[in-house]
Amino acid sequence: MSLTAMTNLRTEEFIPPSPADFDLPPIGGGSTFEFLGQQMQLGVTKPMLQVVVVAVFVFGFLFLASRQRSLVPGKLQFSGESAYGFVRNSMGRDIIGSQDFMRFVPYLVTIFFFILLNNLMASVPFFQFPTMGRSGMVYGLAILSWIIYNSVGIQKHGFLGYLKLQCVPAGITGPILALLIPLEFMSNLIVRPVTLALRLFANMFAGHLLLILFALGGEYLLLHGAALVKPVGILAWLLFIAVAFLELLVQFLQAYVFTLLNAMYISGALADEH
Amino acid sequence: MTGSLNMIGYGLAAIGPGVGIGLIFAAYISGVARQPEAQGRLQSIAILGFALAEALAIIGIALAFVL
Repeated sequence: MSLTAMTNLRTEEFIPPSPADFDLPPIGGGSTFEFLGQQMQLGVTKPMLQVVVVAVFVFGFLFLASRQRSLVPGKLQFSGESAYGFVRNSMGRDIIGSQDFMRFVPYLVTIFFFILLNNLMASVPFFQFPTMGRSGMVYGLAILSWIIYNSVGIQKHGFLGYLKLQCVPAGITGPILALLIPLEFMSNLIVRPVTLALRLFANMFAGHLLLILFALGGEYLLLHGAALVKPVGILAWLLFIAVAFLELLVQFLQAYVFTLLNAMYISGALADEH
Repeated sequence: MTGSLNMIGYGLAAIGPGVGIGLIFAAYISGVARQPEAQGRLQSIAILGFALAEALAIIGIALAFVL
């Protein structure tokens, strides 16, 4: 290597990770097309592949765990049952209430394991990309949950009764209602799906960005830094490992929070008039 | 030195939710310490409050990248 190339390498600017790092190219090269004046890409990307892998895995696991049910459960059946029981008891029964929680347990179990496995994909070797770090994936889930809790509420209370339940806070009368009704309408019917989607998306996005930053920063300090700075690169990589474990916690917590909030919205829509 | 002022703004904006989440879990911990059998009930309330307070920080990070 010539000397100029070496010096070029040394003075190379550090390029911090950016949201563009999440725009993975389509696998095997895709085609592009125009849509509303934007250049769009057509093809199958890694997150799309991961969604399918996760769906097949979750279905396969729960199917195999529940196929041969015996009174004395084996290892597989025990793990399947305790995972199912965790969602059913802590999110279904405790939040929605023992009256009509069983209707929603299949939805809650599905959405919990789907999101959990998709989040864990960020830490699984060879995948290492959070599916929910792409906002499009999350919007789909949030729209699904919005449709479910609203339709459940409308089914129970009728359209106007449901609107009244969601928009008119109980026990408040007088002119303050003119202020509160639009606020409650915004917060309960419009902002809810947005925060639901953004919470999951931004946590996965920011976590993955942080990991990229530690990995790239450590590499830069180690290879391009001055002599005294090099050990800091190793420290950055050690921190990378620590943050990766923190991310495991966040991934579980976000799947839990998403499912918990779904259950809470459903129970709010089902609540009787106060 | 170059950079985006958005990120400084986001750092400032994250102070509020940070304090809020700290208060929520402080209340949760002291609640459980006083009445350990109420943990199951308190946990879901604490997680809900945490999620709501965190929403502000999340809207902040989304806007920091978008604006």
